[in-house]
Amino acid sequence: MENLADLWLTYQTAVAFIGVNALLALSVYATLCCGQLSLANAGFMAIGGYAGALLTLHTQLPFALVLAAAAALPALVAVPLGLPVLRLRGVFLAIATIGWGEVVRLALVNWDYTNGALGLVAIPQRAGPGIIFLCLALALFVFWRLRGGRTGYALEAIREDEPAARTLGIDTTAHKLAMFVLGAALAGLAGGLEAHLTFMVAPSGYGFARVVDMLVQAVVGGVAHFGGPVLGAAFLTLLPEGLREVSHLTGMEPGPLRLLANGLVLLAVILFLPNGLVSLPGRLRAWRDERRAARALVD
Amino acid sequence: MQQVVNGLFLGSIYALFALGYTLVFGVLDILNLAHAAVFTVCAFLALALVGTLHLPTLVALPIAIGLAGLLGVALERVAFRPLRGRSDSNISGLISSLAAATILEALAVAAWGPDKLRFPFGALPDRRVQLAGAVVSEVQMIIIAISVAMMVALTFLLRRTRLGRQIRAVAESPLAARILGVDVDRVIAASFFISSALGGAAGVLFGLAFNDVSADMGRSVELKGLAVIILGGMGSMPGAVLAGYGLGLIEVFTVAQVGSSWRDGVSFAVLFLVLLLRPRGLLGQAATRLA
Amino acid sequence: MLLSIEGVSRAFGGVRAVEDVTFAVGAGEVHGLIGPNGAGKTTLLNLVSGLLRPTAGRILVGGARADGLASHRVAALGVTRTFQNIRLFPHLSALENVLVGEHLRRDAPLWRRMLCLPAAAREERGARERALALLAQVRLEDRAQEQAGNLSYGEQRRVEIARALGAEPRVLLLDEPTAGMNPAEVDSVASLIRAVARLGHSVLLVEHNVPLVMKVCDRITVLNFGRVIAGGAPGDVARDQAVVDAYLGTRR
Repeated sequence: MENLADLWLTYQTAVAFIGVNALLALSVYATLCCGQLSLANAGFMAIGGYAGALLTLHTQLPFALVLAAAAALPALVAVPLGLPVLRLRGVFLAIATIGWGEVVRLALVNWDYTNGALGLVAIPQRAGPGIIFLCLALALFVFWRLRGGRTGYALEAIREDEPAARTLGIDTTAHKLAMFVLGAALAGLAGGLEAHLTFMVAPSGYGFARVVDMLVQAVVGGVAHFGGPVLGAAFLTLLPEGLREVSHLTGMEPGPLRLLANGLVLLAVILFLPNGLVSLPGRLRAWRDERRAARALVD
Repeated sequence: MQQVVNGLFLGSIYALFALGYTLVFGVLDILNLAHAAVFTVCAFLALALVGTLHLPTLVALPIAIGLAGLLGVALERVAFRPLRGRSDSNISGLISSLAAATILEALAVAAWGPDKLRFPFGALPDRRVQLAGAVVSEVQMIIIAISVAMMVALTFLLRRTRLGRQIRAVAESPLAARILGVDVDRVIAASFFISSALGGAAGVLFGLAFNDVSADMGRSVELKGLAVIILGGMGSMPGAVLAGYGLGLIEVFTVAQVGSSWRDGVSFAVLFLVLLLRPRGLLGQAATRLA
Repeated sequence: MLLSIEGVSRAFGGVRAVEDVTFAVGAGEVHGLIGPNGAGKTTLLNLVSGLLRPTAGRILVGGARADGLASHRVAALGVTRTFQNIRLFPHLSALENVLVGEHLRRDAPLWRRMLCLPAAAREERGARERALALLAQVRLEDRAQEQAGNLSYGEQRRVEIARALGAEPRVLLLDEPTAGMNPAEVDSVASLIRAVARLGHSVLLVEHNVPLVMKVCDRITVLNFGRVIAGGAPGDVARDQAVVDAYLGTRR
């Protein structure tokens, strides 16, 4: 029993981070599931993180309200941003959203009220695995209920063939905007939670590397099912632990090693397992059935 | 006038970089986000050739650029070719290039460390010249000269050689080109070689210009490169050149008026304005909106 | 008149794909649209379904203006379609494709589903049953769970028609639904079209298979080079000299 308690203490932080990363990966999934590659969520995460930090540091608001604000503010910003930007085709949308993330980061670096590049520190630790997983459970519930309903099928239709979906009466702009806003809210929520987990917020934590991280976790996990991003987040958050041995063996610093591992995993997934880890059991089953059928022919 | 010179020299680098970006987009309809990583790696390679192997700078340059080209070919083989048949090849190509970029950056940091490195003393000429009221360093003139030379060579390649015609054919329609007997695989590999050579050249020149090579130099240039190709029009080479010089000048003049902390902000402002008002860019033709 | 096309023109740069086209389709009518390749038939369908905007003229559905509306609003007016090059959702099953088709007629507010209310589950069951019934109408109920991308060409065409019917449209636009089909399949589609019309939907049928059009349609409009060259009952159109010339070319 004591060992279990020790184990928990050691891994509590890792578990909390898995939760935060899962929320971020889900925020990317929100737009990917209707076929939009939006790389804007680091910017929304920054807004949520800073909003949460500022509210905690300067007001007496209860944590639940702080989190609600951290989710709501980016969601509000996402509406006027999304309307023009979601009209753009794939590659252009990706570029515009990359630009957005950098705009937010740049604005924060130049904002003296929040100490510019240094950011805010000494944020009390109000977030722990409990509340993080409560938020995650809520997010997963929303995605679960979306799937298989009228809206869920509309989103899948948009992903498969947007103009055809429109001819069936689906207001694709409204749907895409809704998912864009949902993604922003989730990213903001994750940002607020993380700020109260790591005691600080700084512009450097919300750069392009962050966006790539989120994307990697969503894609590696798999975007055919909402469980995929959670799986991807768990896998890639725990990966650095497993890499410590490799770091000793190769003499490579843990920082670049983690980056390298992320890149290699993403490349392997996109080339060989494009539907992510979540599709692995299905693929293995299909492969096994094929082998069985082939053997049956020979016998 | 001083600003004009500064703007032109910065613009040359941006134009070279953007040309590489836009060439691959024109031919494959994919945005190669690993382009900035090639930019960075080539600068490091040049530094290694000059610093460690003690080659004279002018010899190291073409070698580094050639190596960058080969890196591009490898990139295409590993990260893009396997995706070619797929229906979502635009998005998966983007993600694949991000993966490749991450890998390259990680290797660069592992090999050369995260700090800024400088070219060894004596690798760069030191003289300055007075020209129409502006102080121009020899380095700046060499950079502008090399950039323009490469752009001219590229134009000649595309308009006057067989390979150039084949590249333009594949950019128009890979299927038609294949039916006409063009070896599409070879043409695509050649395009990546040229594109990465251009990007690598931009990287080396950038490193020489500011005497500063570090693993994150690609970051800000990548986004500015995006702003340039959007402004110029995706897939348009003259657009990339025009917009490259344009952005260089705009950036230099903005910094002179408003201060350097908004230097990067200019590119993003341009990017957003163009995407919102005229996504096609100045000279582009690619469809930017959905049907 | 349920669908009214009035003086509609569409130009692409200098090319006049459709020029001053006027005709109308009544309720429960099967109206054929024929003409040689490049006559502007598909362009006209794109104009009616809102994928393109006319450069001149008006399109009225049940008296309401449809030209200039976004395609999802045109669908909401009661116009759905199939495509010349089949645009099913490849990774969804046949049943799910038809379910998407029902989007407009479903009353399934999101909050009900979020609260897991039994009314939501009931509505879903109803929607699935209707989708299955539509698949049965096109004789594909046993392929309901199959991924649309794995279906045969003929099967895909039939699913696309079922999907378009899912919205209970007032006007169904069919773009060459029998292309590439064998005679038995063509007959099957023909009886399906007549059944659809009997149920009260109007059908605008673009086709190259002229005998089919003659058999199935109440009235026909003939296009050539973007203009209407003839219109009326099948028998009259078949005898029209302009139509014969257009298809066979005038003798030199």
